[in-house]
Amino acid sequence: MLSYVIKRMVMVIPVLFGVMLLTFIMNQVAAGDAAKIYWRMHAGNQSPTEAQLNEIREKMGLNDPLYMQFLRWTGEVARLKLGQTLYTKQPVIKELADRIPYTLALTGSAMAMAILIAVPLGILSASKPGSFLDGASRVFASSGISIPQFWLGLLLIYFLSFKLRLFPQLGSGTPAHLILPAITLAMGPAATLTRLIRANMLEVMTNDFVSTAYAKGLPNFKILFKHIFRPALIPVVTMIGLQFGFIFGGAVVVETIFSWPGVGKWAVDGIFNRDMPIIRAFVLVMGFLFVFANLIVDILYVWIDPRIRVVD
Amino acid sequence: MVRKSSAEKAPAPEKAGASKQKYRSRGPTSEALHRFFKQPLGIIGLSILFLEILIAVFAPFIVSSSPTDQQLTEKLQPPSFKHIMGTDNLGRDVFSRIIYGARNTLGGAMLALIILTLLGVLIGGLAGYVGGVVEQILMRMTDAMLSFPYLVLALGLAAAFSPSLLTVVVAVSVTWWGHYARIIRGMVMGIREAPYVEAAKALGVGNLRILRTHVFPNIIPPILVLSTLDLGLIVLAVAALSYLGLGIQPPSPEWGMMLNEARLFMFMAPHLMIIPGAMIFVTVLAANLLGDALRDAFDPRQRIRKII
Repeated sequence: MLSYVIKRMVMVIPVLFGVMLLTFIMNQVAAGDAAKIYWRMHAGNQSPTEAQLNEIREKMGLNDPLYMQFLRWTGEVARLKLGQTLYTKQPVIKELADRIPYTLALTGSAMAMAILIAVPLGILSASKPGSFLDGASRVFASSGISIPQFWLGLLLIYFLSFKLRLFPQLGSGTPAHLILPAITLAMGPAATLTRLIRANMLEVMTNDFVSTAYAKGLPNFKILFKHIFRPALIPVVTMIGLQFGFIFGGAVVVETIFSWPGVGKWAVDGIFNRDMPIIRAFVLVMGFLFVFANLIVDILYVWIDPRIRVVD
Repeated sequence: MVRKSSAEKAPAPEKAGASKQKYRSRGPTSEALHRFFKQPLGIIGLSILFLEILIAVFAPFIVSSSPTDQQLTEKLQPPSFKHIMGTDNLGRDVFSRIIYGARNTLGGAMLALIILTLLGVLIGGLAGYVGGVVEQILMRMTDAMLSFPYLVLALGLAAAFSPSLLTVVVAVSVTWWGHYARIIRGMVMGIREAPYVEAAKALGVGNLRILRTHVFPNIIPPILVLSTLDLGLIVLAVAALSYLGLGIQPPSPEWGMMLNEARLFMFMAPHLMIIPGAMIFVTVLAANLLGDALRDAFDPRQRIRKII
């Protein structure tokens, strides 16, 4: 298994390279003339002459062929030199480091919540197909994947914060501040995972070894967990990796609604200010995070499914 | 009365004294459609979507007032007889904004869906059919795009251009086609290996004709199901980007953007927040129900028994 893990970790490198390449391309498409922006940052409102712009371009290496610019940028990223934000003139890396813990806390708790909701609900739903509980959880699942996150957030704020005064509305600071945003973010993945667990378990139940287990007289509980749930779990683990994508993306919207001081809100503000260093850093970081999340999921996957170890 | 079945149709099993009902074999597509129409939820989803499309197309005939007419004396009114859904902060009739908003939200999502399906089919089909270096390059590109989370690439691209509905449509299309391309490539690869394609090639049939007669007809049903399943997600993505302010700009109505405008007045006039969100919710729910029903109809069904 160790060899598989190492191989998988090595495979991450070309993917990270792809992430950087795409971010670079996006930057080339999106950003304006970097020389003009640099001038405006340092020289104020005077209009630059063409010669001065060219001088800046030489200094910044903008006249070099694109692949050289890309390699240079790669080197800068590796040394964590991500530049300065355009509007606050702060080092990007500092602002990023300040906000990432908040985003990680939010996305982590959202994923944990989603799993904690989906697993019991999915198992219960599969164990009694056609019952009221099953029907209710199916309704929950269908609604959960259909409801817009930004609407859910606003509804929760209105009913739980404003009307019932149970939770604070925005900002951060106490664990109570985390609850509403995490619930909002968790709803979609929770619903998707519930559906998947239920469907997979029902499928596993049609197998012969399940009937054998019942024939042997094993306790229901044990059959449910050891024989049905564990095989059903395997595609679910893969889906959890995919759901991380939705959680990271959804975090942007949720952070905006709840004024949660994470990377997402920072990025949205950056978009409106056309602050390209921020946007570049955001896309890069989210891409990296997603790749690592999937890496962990893949390693977990091997640990859960013993068959892969043997084949490798 | 019953017509005698001709020799070309599937022969009916002859049973002595059996009813004279003609047995006709259906093609797989027709079989699937037949199964689809037996599912109540799917039909409900289809009806809702169909209704919304009708509303969007015939908007001017449904509402008399314009969605952008401001009447500042009637700000923030709750639903009443005069304004069925109330008014917003600039005195505009919410009902007409919802009806016209359907055009932008639903229309934008459908446009994005069409574009990204075409892109996915083109690139995935090309990669799957041609193979070799072309396939490797295209698939690496696709994988790179897929390694970004859901909205992130769309956000980055939307930053490049000024906010508009087209920006959002393009951003969503560009980030989503990767999913399709991968699946379609797999399908096309499978078809490419099929005996009838081999036979056609041996006969000297040109590639273009093979694509037209063998490949495309076989990938259309699964693509339709995939598209419908994703319609809900696309609507959510378009609405989310518009909510963030990157889509169509005021005063044009769009459901996501209306939610954004409603946020400031949420506590004074909750109906402004509840109604557009509910519309998005219903639309996405209908799309998901429809997609689920279609998928169940097209996939071979599995008999599941109640065990415990």
